[in-house]
Amino acid sequence: MIKQGYALILLLAMLLAGPAYAELIIEITGGSEAALPIAVVPFGSEGVAAAEDVSAIIRNDLGRSGRFAPLPQQDLISMPHQKSEINFKDWRLLRSEGLLVGKVSSVDGQTYQVQFQLFDVYKAQQLVGKRYQVPAASLRHVAHQISDQIYQALTGEQGVFSTRLAFVSVLKNAGGSRRYALQVSDADGANPRTVLQSKQPILSPSWSPEGERLSYVSFENGRAEIFTQAMRSGKRTSVASFKGINSAPSWSPDGKKLSMTLSKGGNAEIYVMDIATKALSRVTHSSQAIDTEAVWMPNSKALVFTSDRGGRPQIYKVPVSGGRAERLTFEGHYNASPDISPDGRYLAMVHGQNGKFYIAVQDLKSGAVQILSEAGQGESPSFAPNGRLILYATEQNGKGILAAVSVDGSFHQRLGDTGIDVREPAWSPIRK
Amino acid sequence: MKLVKLSTVGFILVCLSGCSTLGFGSKDDGSLNEDGVIVEDRGISANGVDGDSVSGSDFGDGTETQVIVGGEDFQGAILDDPANALSNRVVYFEYDSSSVRQEDQITLEAHAGYLAEHPTVSIRLEGHTDQRGSREYNLALGERRALAIRQILMIQGADMNQFQVTSFGEERPQNEGDNETNWQNNRRVELIYKGR
Repeated sequence: MIKQGYALILLLAMLLAGPAYAELIIEITGGSEAALPIAVVPFGSEGVAAAEDVSAIIRNDLGRSGRFAPLPQQDLISMPHQKSEINFKDWRLLRSEGLLVGKVSSVDGQTYQVQFQLFDVYKAQQLVGKRYQVPAASLRHVAHQISDQIYQALTGEQGVFSTRLAFVSVLKNAGGSRRYALQVSDADGANPRTVLQSKQPILSPSWSPEGERLSYVSFENGRAEIFTQAMRSGKRTSVASFKGINSAPSWSPDGKKLSMTLSKGGNAEIYVMDIATKALSRVTHSSQAIDTEAVWMPNSKALVFTSDRGGRPQIYKVPVSGGRAERLTFEGHYNASPDISPDGRYLAMVHGQNGKFYIAVQDLKSGAVQILSEAGQGESPSFAPNGRLILYATEQNGKGILAAVSVDGSFHQRLGDTGIDVREPAWSPIRK
Repeated sequence: MKLVKLSTVGFILVCLSGCSTLGFGSKDDGSLNEDGVIVEDRGISANGVDGDSVSGSDFGDGTETQVIVGGEDFQGAILDDPANALSNRVVYFEYDSSSVRQEDQITLEAHAGYLAEHPTVSIRLEGHTDQRGSREYNLALGERRALAIRQILMIQGADMNQFQVTSFGEERPQNEGDNETNWQNNRRVELIYKGR
C-alpha cells in the first residue's frame, strides 16, 4: 500500500516535472482521392480570444482522417458564423457538400461557449449543430468532439478524434544510457503525457476496452514482466511476474480477461488470465515453437497470434478454450504482430517478403494480402477503433516515428519527427 | 576490457565464503579490504564499490587465489585470462536461429567445464536478437537462444541451478544501425558470471 502510494506520488511528480517530450506533429504524406471536400469556415470569436483555434483543430482532424479534404482557406467565399449569414447558392459553386460554421465566445476569463452548425450545402439543411460551455482547458477536447460529430453525420461511421494514442518514447542520454517513457497523447499527437518512466525498456501497451487502463511489459526488474496501470489514478498492479518471459498482454473485448505470453513452463506459450481471480488457462501447447503476441477476435472466442511452429513466424488463430490452431497467413516468409480490425474482417501485420519488412493487411474472408507501407522497419500495427486507419511504428533518418495508413492503402500520414525515438503505438478504444 | 577495469578499481569488497548470497549486491558485507587484495575465494564473486564489478576465482585446485588490482601485470583468475576460451563470453547466432555455430562449441565446452568444476558459481544467460521484425517475437527468440546455450552447458556437466536465463529481445543492441554487421553482432547470448 505504501509502495503504491509512493509509486503514485512518483508518477504525479513525473507528470509535473517530466522531461519535455515534443508533440508529434502530423504530416500528411499521401492523400486519398476519395476524400470528400468540406468547407470549414474559421469560427467567429467574441470576447476574450481563446488560446486554442477550435476550427483549425477541427479542420486538421478532418484532413487527418483521410476521409475529408478541407478546402483551402483562401477558397472560402465568405466567412459566415451562423445560418442567417450563409448564401447556399454561392457555396454550391465550391462543390463542397458540407459546410461548417461556428463561434467561440468567452463567458468569463476561464469559460467559453462553443457552438457549431454543419450544413448540407445542396439541401440548405442543418445536419448537426450543438452548443457547449466549457473551461478553457477543454477547448481542444470540444474541438475533437465536434470533429467526431461531423464525421458521423457525413460518413455514418464513428469518428476517432476524441481517442488517444499510447506509445513508448526513448530518450538517449549523452552517456549512452536510455530513458523510456510510456506516453499517452490525444489522437492528433497533441498533449503528450508521460504515464510511466523507466531506465529499462517498456513494450507492448494494450488498452482495456473502456480505455481506462493500460497493460504493458516493463523490464524494470531486469526482465519482462506485465503490469496494469489505471490511467486516472496512476495506480499500478503487477499482473504477471512468473519465471521466464511475461509479455504481450492483450485485453479481451469484455475487459474480464488478459491474454499473455508466458514461458514459465520452459517455452513461450499463450495463456489467458481471468483478471478478477488471476486464474490462468493455457491456450497453446507447442512445446518447441514460439507462440506469442496474441490478440482477441472481436467475438472473444478466438485468439490470433504469432507462431514459428511451421519453421518461420506466421499468424495463426486458436479457440480461446484451446484446441487446434489454424494458420491464417501463407504469403511471405515472415508474418507477425497481428492486430484485428474491430469488425473482425482484416488482419494487420508485419509482413516480410524477399528479406524486407512491410505493414500489410489481409482480408480474412478472401485471404488477399495488401502491402500498405514502404519497405522498412514497419512494426506494431494498431487499428483505429473505427477500423479505418492503421497506426504503426517505422523509422525515418534512423529515428523511430509513428505513421498511419488507411486500410485501403490510399492515405498516408506521419506523426512527425520530433527527434525522439517513438515506437510501440496502441490506439485507444472509443471511450464509452 | 577486464584488465582496464581491474586496474582502475581502487579497492574491492570481498564477499567471504560465509556470505549468504552469491553475486549481486552484497555490499553490506563489511569485509572491505582496502589493500585491494582478495583474501580468499571459493568462486564467490566480489563487487567493486564504485559500481564496477571485479571478481576472483580459483584455479581449480582449491587454493587461495590472488587478484592484483591496480598493478600492471595481469595474474588474474582463469575467467579473466584473455588466452583462455572462458574469456569469450558472447555467442553469436544466424538470423532467426538458435543453433550454435561450430566455432562457438569450444567456448561453450570451456564454460560448461568451469561450471561443472565450480558448482557454487552461477551464471546469467542473456539472450538478444537483431532489431528486425516483431519486438515480442524477438523477446521470445532471445530467450530461446539463451535456453539453447543452457541446454548445451547442462549436457556438458553444468547444473540447472547454476543458471538464470533472461531475454532482452531486440531492446539492448550491441550495435545500432541497420546493416548486416550490426545485426550479426546483436544476435547473441551473453554469458555473465554473477557478480562480475
